[in-house]
Amino acid sequence: MADVLWGLATSHVPSIGAAMDRNKTEDPNWKDLFDGYAPAREWLAEHEPDVAIVVYNDHANGLDLDIVPTFGIGTADSYPVADEGYGPRQVPDVIGDPELSLHLLESLVDEGFDLTVFQELEVDHGLTVPLSVWTPDPGDAWPCPVVPILVNVIQYPQPTAARCFALGQALGRAIRSYRDDVTVGILGTGGMSHQLAGSRAGFINPEFDHMWLEKIETDPEALARLSREELIREAGSEGIELIMWLIMRGAMHEQVTKVHSHYFLPASNTAAGIALFDNRTA
Amino acid sequence: MTAAPPLIPTEGTSMSTHETGGRLNVPGTPIFDGQTSRRGLRLNKMLMSFRSAENRERFAADEAGYCTEFGLAPEQTQAVLDRDWTAMIDLGGSIFYVYKLAMMDGRSMQYLGGVFTGMTEEEFQAELRAGGRRDG
Repeated sequence: MADVLWGLATSHVPSIGAAMDRNKTEDPNWKDLFDGYAPAREWLAEHEPDVAIVVYNDHANGLDLDIVPTFGIGTADSYPVADEGYGPRQVPDVIGDPELSLHLLESLVDEGFDLTVFQELEVDHGLTVPLSVWTPDPGDAWPCPVVPILVNVIQYPQPTAARCFALGQALGRAIRSYRDDVTVGILGTGGMSHQLAGSRAGFINPEFDHMWLEKIETDPEALARLSREELIREAGSEGIELIMWLIMRGAMHEQVTKVHSHYFLPASNTAAGIALFDNRTA
Repeated sequence: MTAAPPLIPTEGTSMSTHETGGRLNVPGTPIFDGQTSRRGLRLNKMLMSFRSAENRERFAADEAGYCTEFGLAPEQTQAVLDRDWTAMIDLGGSIFYVYKLAMMDGRSMQYLGGVFTGMTEEEFQAELRAGGRRDG
């Protein structure tokens, strides 16, 4: 049976990628963040999946605002790295797995999750920074093919936390109905608390973030009950993107084993979190 | 944050403003909702075009003409020419799109944060390093 091997929740702040691309990981402003990644990276290097699913949002690079899909899935052979306004990041293009994409799509539509299909998609920092958090030195290629799942977290109304968790649960069932023995890493990206605009710009809420880091492991249903308004109030207008962690968590078993977690601030204007979970039953 | 300036009279647009109208009211927090996105569509489409180096050069050569080409409302064009970042947000710009123009100017998200909160970039950065800002 195919199954999720691990789940990695991580912020996707562009400056994390920029710090790596510019060799600033030993800089005093960044060192603690990257030191905090090290145990997760070591474990991940020893647990390479056959394919990864990255749940992320685009930031005005692959999608315009003329079409705003609530949920989407890439079905392409490959996904070029986008020029976000200063030239593309110098990282490998992302290789897809269209067979798995189409299996997931059919299974999810059968369960009532009508995802928008992307046959062409340029991927931005929302997808490539989490890959860099996982694999800092990919060389010519990322460790495995990737299926992108997109979530609208930019334009209100974003999907509810409950809907994201339910999508994750359906995604888990879809993965487990895939052909034999394929192992899947799933990445839930974004967060943690932050707000970029308005007079509350710079808002960060460590208490909320620590609560989220704990409950994403032990009680994701409680997080799935948070309303959009509660999320924007407690995590900031951009921190609501934490709902993407619930898709990752929903695809995993009820009981998971935490491998590592770390919390850091600020990464640019954001509180940055990482949480890695082993999905294998003991 | 100051009150939103007069709305652009867009066909079929209701009179919601970021911080006083709509279903959510989180103080100091612009909600980029459907009405905002309708108001900002032309502006955001122009900002999206900055993904290509050729378009970045064409904009730099004639900013006002480029705004006209994308059909921006006069207030939006003025906000772009003046680099009035708060007005761009108030007039329907999404922060992720507005940031593309800031990057072309060599401005950081911390600079914008300072503008939105009435601080210098250094002051804003210092607040983040001290653990971030809280409500109010």
